[in-house]
Amino acid sequence: MGSASPPSPLPCGAPASLTRVTVILLLAAGTMAALGTEGGSVFFLDVTTLTLLEGKTLSPDEVLRSVPDDYRCGKALGPVESLQGHLQDPAKILIGYSRGLLVIWSQTSQCVDHVFLGNQQLESLCWGRGGSTIISSHSDGSYAIWSTDAGSPQTLQPTVATTPYGPFPCKAINKILWRSCELGGHYIIFSGGMPRASYGDRHCVSVLRAETLVTLDFTSRIIDFFTVHSMRPEDEFDDPQALAVLLEEELVMLDLLTPGWPAMPAPYLAPLHSSAITCSAHVANVPSKLWARIVRAGEQQSPQPASSASSWPITGGQNLAQEPLQRGLLLTGHEDGTVRFWDASGVALRPLYKLSTADLFQTDCDHADNLAQAAEDDWPPFRKVGCFDPYSDDPRLGVQKVVLCKYTAQMVVAGTAGQVLVLELSDAPAEQAVSVASVDLLQDREGFTWKGHERLNPRTGLLPWPAGFQPRMLVQCLPPAAVTAVTLHAEWSLVAFGTSHGFGLFDYQRKSAVLARCTLHPNDSLAMEGPLSRVKSLKKSLRQSFRRIRKSRVSGKKRPTTATSKLQEANAQLVEQGCPHDVEMTPVQRRIEPRSADDSLSGVVRCLYFADTFLRDAAHHGPTMWAGTNSGSVFAYALEVPAAAAGSEKRPEQVVEAVLGKEVQLMHRAPVVAIAVLDGRGRPLPEPYEASRDLAQAPDMQGGHAVLIASEEQFKVFTLPKVSAKTKFKLTAHEGCRVRKVALATFASVACEDYAETCLACLTNLGDVHVFSVPGLRPQVHYSCIRKEDISGIASCVFTRHGQGFYLISPSEFERFSLSARNITEPLCSLDISWPSHKPRESPKLSQANGTPSIILAPQSCEGSPSITYRKQTDTTELPEATLSPTSVDLATSGETTLDTTGDVTVEDVKDFLSSSEESENRRNLVEDEDRSCALLIT
Amino acid sequence: MNRSHRHGASSGYLGTMEVKSKFGAEFRRFSLERSKPGKFEEFYGLVQHVHKIPNVEVLVGYADIHGDLLPINNDDDDNYHKAVSTASPLLRIFIQKKEEADYSAFGTDTLIKKKTVLGNVLRPDNHRKKPHIVISMPQDFRPVSSIIDVDILPETHRRVRLYKYGTEKPLGFYIRDGSSVRVTPHGLEKVPGIFISRLVPGGLAQSTGLLAVNDEVLEVNGIEVSGKSLDQVTDMMIANSRNLIITVRPANQRNNVVRNSRTSGSSGQPTDNSLVSYPQQAEPSFEPDDQDSDEDDIIIEDSGVRQQIPKAVSDAQSLESLTQIELSFESGQNGFLSSAEASPAPAAGRASPESERRAPEQKLLEEDGTIITL
Repeated sequence: MGSASPPSPLPCGAPASLTRVTVILLLAAGTMAALGTEGGSVFFLDVTTLTLLEGKTLSPDEVLRSVPDDYRCGKALGPVESLQGHLQDPAKILIGYSRGLLVIWSQTSQCVDHVFLGNQQLESLCWGRGGSTIISSHSDGSYAIWSTDAGSPQTLQPTVATTPYGPFPCKAINKILWRSCELGGHYIIFSGGMPRASYGDRHCVSVLRAETLVTLDFTSRIIDFFTVHSMRPEDEFDDPQALAVLLEEELVMLDLLTPGWPAMPAPYLAPLHSSAITCSAHVANVPSKLWARIVRAGEQQSPQPASSASSWPITGGQNLAQEPLQRGLLLTGHEDGTVRFWDASGVALRPLYKLSTADLFQTDCDHADNLAQAAEDDWPPFRKVGCFDPYSDDPRLGVQKVVLCKYTAQMVVAGTAGQVLVLELSDAPAEQAVSVASVDLLQDREGFTWKGHERLNPRTGLLPWPAGFQPRMLVQCLPPAAVTAVTLHAEWSLVAFGTSHGFGLFDYQRKSAVLARCTLHPNDSLAMEGPLSRVKSLKKSLRQSFRRIRKSRVSGKKRPTTATSKLQEANAQLVEQGCPHDVEMTPVQRRIEPRSADDSLSGVVRCLYFADTFLRDAAHHGPTMWAGTNSGSVFAYALEVPAAAAGSEKRPEQVVEAVLGKEVQLMHRAPVVAIAVLDGRGRPLPEPYEASRDLAQAPDMQGGHAVLIASEEQFKVFTLPKVSAKTKFKLTAHEGCRVRKVALATFASVACEDYAETCLACLTNLGDVHVFSVPGLRPQVHYSCIRKEDISGIASCVFTRHGQGFYLISPSEFERFSLSARNITEPLCSLDISWPSHKPRESPKLSQANGTPSIILAPQSCEGSPSITYRKQTDTTELPEATLSPTSVDLATSGETTLDTTGDVTVEDVKDFLSSSEESENRRNLVEDEDRSCALLIT
Repeated sequence: MNRSHRHGASSGYLGTMEVKSKFGAEFRRFSLERSKPGKFEEFYGLVQHVHKIPNVEVLVGYADIHGDLLPINNDDDDNYHKAVSTASPLLRIFIQKKEEADYSAFGTDTLIKKKTVLGNVLRPDNHRKKPHIVISMPQDFRPVSSIIDVDILPETHRRVRLYKYGTEKPLGFYIRDGSSVRVTPHGLEKVPGIFISRLVPGGLAQSTGLLAVNDEVLEVNGIEVSGKSLDQVTDMMIANSRNLIITVRPANQRNNVVRNSRTSGSSGQPTDNSLVSYPQQAEPSFEPDDQDSDEDDIIIEDSGVRQQIPKAVSDAQSLESLTQIELSFESGQNGFLSSAEASPAPAAGRASPESERRAPEQKLLEEDGTIITL
């Protein structure tokens, strides 16, 4: 691409800003490009040779010669705001200058065909299909329609000029489209133009057809929009089928053929973060029966598109990856109390089902919202579109932990206000009351007063539940601190949960609490009730003020940064608490002090675990429950669970009992991150029901069991039933890193079909992933995976049972990685792009800026349209399609190379051009390419 | 004081305290009135009586709550009463014949330390027995810090071991980022380093006098800190805080130990600092089966009785650790006192002054013994 730079066509000493490209228009089937600049000149570029066509340059002076003197009046035309080609007459270009002047330039005759003497600052232009109508939008929120049919080559006044949301001052209409219909009439679609004072901060696209006006109200910034319509030059009408709006946080498609213009359900590209993700969990090897039931429940939630005509009009290419061998489910818990189920079996996450827990509770916002809705005027006719909604009505609804038993379709969702919800999948809608119980985790401990949020008030009486997961039981922890750990044993009908105060065990078959244990250190009272609740209330009040602002202005750019996990918050607290406040500290100092028993938050329950193992003696095994705390304490309880009669799933109605069996205090007092029991062969015990239903190899109950306790600093394997240390690995002492996430994963051999080993996968605070043998705890491999600065990425990481993992690389994107050589999810897909006629230049590999995806351009095929193989390491829902939209490919790759050799356009300018296309307010670049995009995008 | 052999069951009894006494491989259990433990002489007599060793001079030690073996030898400084009052729920007594007593067993981590692997890692030749110089009654003191490995480290470096037990005294120091100058093949180079930034008054680090502000931290428990971030080093130190061995290059190079072998080399200038150049600097081995018991977890069994489980070591074994070493004075405990020697004298010349020195020590102890038994 490094061809010789052509001589500069500009007078020497012209400021660089004058040559900054503002808009680009591809002409003559892509062999030529017109570049509009800041200075008002239009340059023409031969795209194939990347040389400027010097004689063709159109300077503003030349244009000014054809306008009357009184319009000229010594003022400059300003930057070129818009360049539009004519679909049917490629020789004509419509040029719009910032000052308001519109010019039709004929390339063949090299002269001005027509001038329109607009006086309002121009924002955007659109040339109607027949070429007889031009619509211009302006900075004052008005648009004007001009007719080219007038005999005179000068038009002084538009045929129509209107301010749709007047009469009060309005914001600029950033982009406007005019689309004709065969059935008569036309669409006018524009963004912005809202009344400045009352709705100035909303993100709106207005669709006007005849008398029908709908103001589409989006929750995030509008980047661009286009219509999907006929691109054949011979067609008389545009006949738009769909309107695609690209927002900062999502892509919304509206069906223009169906009355009411409903939004189309997105087959992919579902925003992960419509409410901030607060936790995630992965369920591997989902039984096909459960899978089908979840899919069915999900289908009932979202009505299927009425007609096949309104199917998703964008091709995202073809997925060439093999059909996944097994079904994997990724569950994401959100701040608004929803749990979303994603198909994580293959390359792209696909939304399956959404569970909302908010309906069970009365929140303060319900009432207010209704009032606010009622108070809203009919004008402008707002319609909420899109599912991105970062605002949580009540932060207490936030989901902290999710556990799903894939064999019984039972599920536990635990939240910020200490709520533990046991749900069960049901295929039919039902109306039923939910049993409520509360468990006091303080256990009459004196001197503790909870100053945090109140517990959620559940709705009483019969409640209607749609098909899907329906709540059976609600357990509320007291005090209502966020649930920090939860575990479910469906076979025993037991759920265990922990907060910063203690843990509880609940029998949801008999609906009775089995055990509650306070884990607070006696000296901890100040720490627990002091700073933490202060921080909380600050956060809460911040939220409330945010919500208040929102009520008054409904939407805005602000998105409160939400801590992705409770854990992080607790850790931050721990660090803060570690140093006394009276000592003056420079920020780069670190205090060296061993953890003491009364560090604050020492009572936070970090993990809970059920196991059928040997706790009392080596001869008898039985149900046990394990709990680990922030201060390195581990409590092991022996449970008396009445055995189910042969052939029946349910255990008899007898009381479950729990007896404290062991208490282990790790000397280094680091938080216990995970507990797992290993069988006689050193493998982790199977999940509930796995063994009894012959779905997994039965655990070895002959050899001695062992318990693996992973703390933030070290891993240790202890023998059972006599707890004595067997092996250990001191990660922090050796490497200086701390454990963030651990999981036992099965690594299958590549060479041998049925050989697999269980290893301990561990993610550290430095973002590295280490793998250790189990139970020997020998380091096997370690990779760097996540940047250590990416705290939310590290906090969001989940491992799968087969050595893969997910973490958030942005609020909306999961990255998938694999530690297993056998188990790789490799994206492989193809996208056929009918490239504009010219030959693609030799560019075998183009890397996107973010590094993860890359597009491999295959050698040029004979038709001149290269087949593009698209590969990526990631498994995000949005990335592939977003990257593949021709517009962005153009901009990110060929756009850069095109501009590179113009000589007068510096690299910085290119960057500016790219960024300005991404920064939305100024998105004129995209506008010009938009028609072409449509051509490429129509299925 | 009546001899009651109520095994185990007595622990819950209000007012009485179970005593578990070991002598050799034998155990005796008896109980004491917690409120009225009596005098040390009576207790001493009782112990002799219980173990049927009426005329044998013995040293009595007990395991304190941190698992340290501490002596019981008099009433005057109340260590007998302290032993009784802090025992919870059971008082573990260890009896040694005075002539076989292993004084070095007393002090930090003594009950749970079988061998000091870390010490062996840092200096592989540690296992050779060294004459143990007793400068006072070591059984009355716990070590708080020591300079170790003087003979294998460059003179500009100092390896300090801090013993942290209980929560009595904070370690009491802070570290910071900084830059230090290294000699490299390309000349002097500025490299990032970790430095001690602050000592807390009254903290362990300050009280030892071995660490000072602006000392550069080179290693933490045998692992070099170069290339590690401040947070990593902080985590490493905290993870090792119960047995922290820091190798520093003191900011003040004037108090360095000058070894007679290389007197000329001690210019006081931080010259070559690469520890790697010293062949003794063995790579720390990360064998998971290391039996380093520098920390031991407390396991509470279902009876609710708090017990120290020293790494699956049965009581008999840990007793063995007290008595197995015959040559008591010679058993060096990881440079605890041995490092006090300024220079490693030739081994040949060591034996005779050593035995001479030992004789008065023993006499002194015998004198103590008589005072005790009075």
